[in-house]
Amino acid sequence: MTTHTQEHTPHTGLIWKVFGILSLITIVEVILGILKPESLHLTKILGTSPLNIIFLVLTIAKAYYITWFFMHMADESKSLRRAVVWTAVFLIIYLATLLLIEGSYLNDVLSPLVKWSY
Amino acid sequence: MEATIATDSTGTSWSGGNNNPLGASYGKMMMWFFILSDALTFSGFLGAYGLMRFKFIDSWPIADEVFTHFPFLHGVHAPMYYVALMTFILIFSSVTMVLAVDAGHQMKKGKVTFYMLLTIIGGLIFLGSQAWEWKNFIGGSYGAVQLNDGKIVQFVDASGHQIELEKFAVSSHSERTQLTRDKGVWFMSESSLPPFSVEEVIAGFKANPDISIRLEKIDPVTKTKTIVPRAEAMTYLNETKAVVKGANLQVNEYGKPLFADFFFFITGFHGFHVFSGVIINIIIFFNVIIGTYERRGHYEMVEKVGLYWHFVDLVWVFVFTFFYLV
Repeated sequence: MTTHTQEHTPHTGLIWKVFGILSLITIVEVILGILKPESLHLTKILGTSPLNIIFLVLTIAKAYYITWFFMHMADESKSLRRAVVWTAVFLIIYLATLLLIEGSYLNDVLSPLVKWSY
Repeated sequence: MEATIATDSTGTSWSGGNNNPLGASYGKMMMWFFILSDALTFSGFLGAYGLMRFKFIDSWPIADEVFTHFPFLHGVHAPMYYVALMTFILIFSSVTMVLAVDAGHQMKKGKVTFYMLLTIIGGLIFLGSQAWEWKNFIGGSYGAVQLNDGKIVQFVDASGHQIELEKFAVSSHSERTQLTRDKGVWFMSESSLPPFSVEEVIAGFKANPDISIRLEKIDPVTKTKTIVPRAEAMTYLNETKAVVKGANLQVNEYGKPLFADFFFFITGFHGFHVFSGVIINIIIFFNVIIGTYERRGHYEMVEKVGLYWHFVDLVWVFVFTFFYLV
């Protein structure tokens, strides 16, 4: 409550700047998603295509801008920020890693058993 | 109890007293931890989607071929544009929300009201867009047949593009009508019948020499679905069990039933979040109008629902990536 008694200057400039960045990232994603350049789409790096890595990085960049500037995480105390962000990042990476490794394993075991010719 | 609770709350407000752990007010901190737990729920769902996608990595539907509709463009192959539009709608309603929060910090009631209204409208437009997306997905685009072992077989023309069942299936007069509750006993009914019977589709296939079929299997080199030469196609079509048009929880014309199940569940769960966000925004909007926060001396409540609203946007960013891009 006490934090709101002080004078506040409008942040509209920053807000529109962040909107511009988010829009730009989305436009890049959509263009790449429609064109799917063969050099990025059909090659493989780190277990997936470079295009997927690009999408993932751009998504995380968008998530950062939304959390830091729209949700004002940048203005929260360091302890709250770490309690929320580190917990989420650690648990999500942990879960995703295990699930995707298991998914690949299921595919290795299952796909030779699937009949595609009749 | 007094000894262990270090607050001087008089019971008149639900603020948690004057203690501010982590430098945030009670409501705001709790909103952050609710968002954290909700984020983990969504990661569980998206993680499960990833597991199943990696399990069927060689036969998963290709999103570009599924979501190809755009309003007023009938028959035009427009992948992505519509979801991109939906993403912009949600990002923009996030912008108006953060502008409302910003105006709240400056105690400008009129501006808060205006931006809250824009946010609500943006949320409603997004919900409508999602309903339209579902309608297209449920209605389907080309139609396909399902084999006895559950695999989906689609039809392609000579150039390898998918072709609608209506274009080639031979229509014959059939006595089969849909069983509805008013025609039989009250507890018996069936879902709407596909537009053609299996015999009509196969007869149409035999009558059109330039049509062939396409399997769910993805060619790892070109990352496209495998087209079977026409000479071998009948060995597949002899196994046909049913004609499929559109998508539901049991079967869909795009391939794996799990794809539709996850799509309905995850976008539905997200849509439900948007819906509750709109309801909460409307409540806060009226509270702003009647001056509740003006009297309270601060607009922190707008900030708290703002956090929730941005979170909904944040989740959509990930849903967009994992369902439509990757």
